[in-house]
Amino acid sequence: MEQVIGNISVLATMPIFNLGLLIDGLMVGSIFALAAYGLALVWGVMNVKNLAQGDFIMIGGYLTWNLDRFGFNPLLGVPLAIVVLWGIGWFLYRTVVSKVITRDLFTSLLATFGIAIVIQQGLNLAFGPDTQSAQADLPTLTFANGLITVATTRIIGFALAILLAVAVILFMKKSRMGQAIRATAQDARAARVLGIDTEKVYSFTFCLNAAICGATGALVALVWNVQPFLGTTYSIRLFVIVTAAGFGNLPGVIASGFGMGIFEQFGGFVLGAEFQQALIVLLLLAVLAVRQLQQLRVRQAVQ
Amino acid sequence: MSRASLHPLTIGSLLLAGVAAPLLFPAYTNQIAVLWLMIVFASTWDILGGQMGYNSLGNIFFFGAGMYTSAVVQIGLFYDVGMYTSGARTTHIVFTNAQYFTGFTLGVIAAGVVACVLALVTSWIVFGLRGPYFAIGTLGVAVAGAELMASWEWVGAAAGISMPVFPGGPEAQKLFFYFLLFGLAFLVLVFLRWLYSTSFGLAINAIRDDEEKAEAMGLYTRRYKRTAWAISAFFLGIAGAIFGNMTGFIEPRDIAFPTTTFNIFMILMVLLGGKGTFWGPVVGAVIFHVIKEVTWTYFLGWQFVALGLLIVIIVVYFQQGIVGWLMEKYPQRFGIRVAPKEKEVRSHAIGFAPNAEGAE
Amino acid sequence: MTDAIIELTNVTKSFGGVVANHNVSLTVRRGGITGLIGPNGSGKTTLFNSIVGYHPIDSGSIRFEGQEISQLRVQEIARLGLLRTFQATRIYGKMSCLQNMQISIPHRKARFFDMFTYERAGVIERAEQLLSFVGLYEKRYLRAGSLSFGQQKLLEFAMALMNEPAVLLLDEPTAGINPTLINGLIDRLQRANSDFGITMLIIEHNMRVIMNMATKIYCLAHGEMLAAGVPAEIQGNQAVVDAYLGAH
Repeated sequence: MEQVIGNISVLATMPIFNLGLLIDGLMVGSIFALAAYGLALVWGVMNVKNLAQGDFIMIGGYLTWNLDRFGFNPLLGVPLAIVVLWGIGWFLYRTVVSKVITRDLFTSLLATFGIAIVIQQGLNLAFGPDTQSAQADLPTLTFANGLITVATTRIIGFALAILLAVAVILFMKKSRMGQAIRATAQDARAARVLGIDTEKVYSFTFCLNAAICGATGALVALVWNVQPFLGTTYSIRLFVIVTAAGFGNLPGVIASGFGMGIFEQFGGFVLGAEFQQALIVLLLLAVLAVRQLQQLRVRQAVQ
Repeated sequence: MSRASLHPLTIGSLLLAGVAAPLLFPAYTNQIAVLWLMIVFASTWDILGGQMGYNSLGNIFFFGAGMYTSAVVQIGLFYDVGMYTSGARTTHIVFTNAQYFTGFTLGVIAAGVVACVLALVTSWIVFGLRGPYFAIGTLGVAVAGAELMASWEWVGAAAGISMPVFPGGPEAQKLFFYFLLFGLAFLVLVFLRWLYSTSFGLAINAIRDDEEKAEAMGLYTRRYKRTAWAISAFFLGIAGAIFGNMTGFIEPRDIAFPTTTFNIFMILMVLLGGKGTFWGPVVGAVIFHVIKEVTWTYFLGWQFVALGLLIVIIVVYFQQGIVGWLMEKYPQRFGIRVAPKEKEVRSHAIGFAPNAEGAE
Repeated sequence: MTDAIIELTNVTKSFGGVVANHNVSLTVRRGGITGLIGPNGSGKTTLFNSIVGYHPIDSGSIRFEGQEISQLRVQEIARLGLLRTFQATRIYGKMSCLQNMQISIPHRKARFFDMFTYERAGVIERAEQLLSFVGLYEKRYLRAGSLSFGQQKLLEFAMALMNEPAVLLLDEPTAGINPTLINGLIDRLQRANSDFGITMLIIEHNMRVIMNMATKIYCLAHGEMLAAGVPAEIQGNQAVVDAYLGAH
C-alpha cells in the first residue's frame, strides 16, 4: 500500500512523469485501438464476438519474433503477419465460424474460445512459455534530461498503427467491398436481396479482422512482448474497449482504445506490474456494471 | 410435473455404483472420484445454463473461492495465515488429527457459506446482463478471482498454499476423499431432482423460454436468478474445499480457478449430454471424463490442442447433446407430448377454412 | 374507488428524433372494454409499452388505481394487476400448456419460500378450468411451442386470466386469427369481461370487432389523440376515416 502511495506522490511531484506516461499510453493505445476496430467490425457485421482476437494478435507477434530470430528485419513482420493471418482467418472461417454464425450467440462465443485455446496451447508447444520480443535495434530518444524516454520503435509502431487504421477506414468508405460490408452490417437480409453475396462479405470481414490482428501482433512484438497465454488479456482488453464505446460507434472505439492505453500506463505505474492483469479484468466488470446502470434507466437489460 | 425424488431403483444403482467402484477398481479410485466431481460440475452448470438459459463462463469462480476459504479456515484456526504462506515460517507447522478434521469440517462449511455470499454479491454485477454479455461478465468474474488471489500475498499469491497434510495412509486418504466427492455428487443429484419438481423448476424454465414474458407476468425473476446462482455456488464451493484438500496444494490460476479446463469442461459435458435435461449432464460427464482419461496420455503435449478441437466439434456438431437428441426422437418415452402437425390456415385466406385450428 | 382505473394525462414519448406519442390523454373506465384504434404507426403499441413500464416516458402521468406507475418497472406493474398480451404471441415454448398455466399464477404475495412449494391442487384445477374456457383442455399436456398460432394466442389469453389481473391490455387479439374463429375469441373476451370482471383496453385493427365490443373508443393518429367517443360517434367521425384512408 505504501508503495502505491509512493507512486502516486511521484506522479504528483514530478509532472513530467505524467507526460511520459501519457505519451506511452497514446502510443500503446493506438495499437489497442486498431485491434479493437477489428473486433468491433466482426461484431457489427456478423454478430460474432471473437474471443480469439488476442490470440490472433499473438500469432502475428510470434511470426515477427521468428523473423527477428532468423536474422530478418522484424519490421517485415507487419506485411508478413497480414498475409499469414489473412490465410488463417480464411481457414477458420470456412471450418468453424461459418457454421456457428447462424446459431445462438453463446455458440459462437464458445467456438471462438475453443479456437483461442487451440492457438494458445499450440504456440506454447511450438515456442515455449517464455516471454519474447523482437528487437528492431532502433535508438531511444530522450527528453527532459532523461526523464522521458521514447523508444523509436514505439514511434514507428504508433505511426504504422495510425497508417493501417486510416487505410482500413478509407477502404471501408470508398471501396465496393467496404460498402458491401457496411450494408450487410446494417441489414443482412436486405443486402442479400439487393444482390450482395453476404457469405463473401462475412468471409472477407473475418479475414480482414485476422489480418488487422496480425499487423497489431507484429507491432506488439516490436513495442512490447509476446507470450502464448497473453492472448486472453488482450481479448479482455479489447472487449472492454468495444463494450465501453459501443460496437457501432467507430470513432468511440478508437478513442476508447487510446483511453485504455493511457489508463493502463498510469494504472501499471501506480499499482505495480503484477496488478496489471487484475486491473484489466476489474475494468471489464466496471464497464459492464456501468452499462447495466445506463440500461436500467431505460428499463432494459444489456443484451 | 416430474417426480420429486429419484426412483428407488436409481438411488439403489447410484449407491451401488458409488460404493462398489473403489472396491472393484482400486487403482482408479482417484479418477473415479474426479468423475463424481465432474458430475457435480455438470449438474450445477446446467441449473443456470440448461434450465434457466443463462450460459455462465464463470462458475469456476465459486470452486476456487471455496477452495481458498477452506484453506484459510483450516490453517487460520491454528496458525497465522500470513506467516504460513510466506517463505519464512517462524513456527514449526504441525496439525494434530483433531485439528485437521475440525479444520476440515469447518472449512467445508465455511466454503459453502462464503460461496453463497459471493454469489449474492456478484449477482448484482452479472444479472443485468444477458446472453453473450452475461457469459463474458461471468468469465470476467472468474478471471478476476484468479488474478486477485494471484496478487494477494496473504494467501500465497501466485505460489499458492500447501494444504495441511491428511493424517493417515495413502489408501485411507484416497477412500476418504473418494467418498466425500461421491457423497457430494449424490446429494446434488437428489437435491436437484427435488428442486426441479417444485415451482422453482417451472419458474427457471419460464425464464429460459421467455424472460421478458415472465417479467410481464409478474414473476420475481431476480429472486429466482439469484437463488439459482447461489445454489450452484454452494455446491461448487464445497466441491472446491474438498478438492483442494485432495490435491494437497492449491494455486490460483491452474488449480483453484482453472478457467480454460474445468470451467470449460462443465459446459462441454452438459452440451455433450444434453442441456436442460436431468440426466444429460450426468451422461455427458461420464462420457467426457472416461474418454479424456483414456486418451489423455496418448496425446502427450497435445492434450490442450485436442481439447480446443473438441470444444469446436462439440459446439458445432453436438448442439442438442445425447439426451436432447433422444428426447427429440422419442418424445413419448420422456413424457413430452407434442401436438401433431395440422394444416395451418392463415387468417387472410379468403373463402373457406376447412381445418379449424384452435379449440372447439 | 374512482371510475377510472387507468388514467393517462399528457403522455409524451419519443425515440431519438421521432415523437411516437405526443400529449396523449385517455381514461379507461373500470369494468368496461375500451378500444384504441388508429392507422399503422400512430403510436398505439408505444402507448401500451409506456403503460406497462416497458420504457420510461418523457413527460406526463400514468395512474393506475390512482397510483402513479410511470416510474415503476414491468414486473412491479404486472404484480399490481396490470397485464398485457403481446402482438407476436409469447408463451413458454418448451413447457406444456398446463405448466404454462401453473407458472402464471399471481405472484403478488409470493414470499421467498413459496418458490419451493409443490403445485397446490387448487392451482391445477383452476388451470384446467381456464384451459377449458378457451377450449384447450384436450391439449393441456402438449408442448406449448408445438401448438398452432391461433392455439398459442388462446393459451396466452388463458395465462393472462390465470394471473387474475384487474386490467388486461390486449395488443391486436384477433390479428392472425382465422376469420371463422374470431367470433369465438370475441365471445371469450366478452365473457372474461362480464364474468370475471376484468377491465380491458384493446388495440384493434378489425373495426367490426372493436365497434361491437368496446363501450368507448380512442383514435390515435400520428402520435396524437384524434378522436374519442362511443363507437357510433367514432364511426361517423370524418377525421377518423381520413386518417385511415390517408387524406391530409
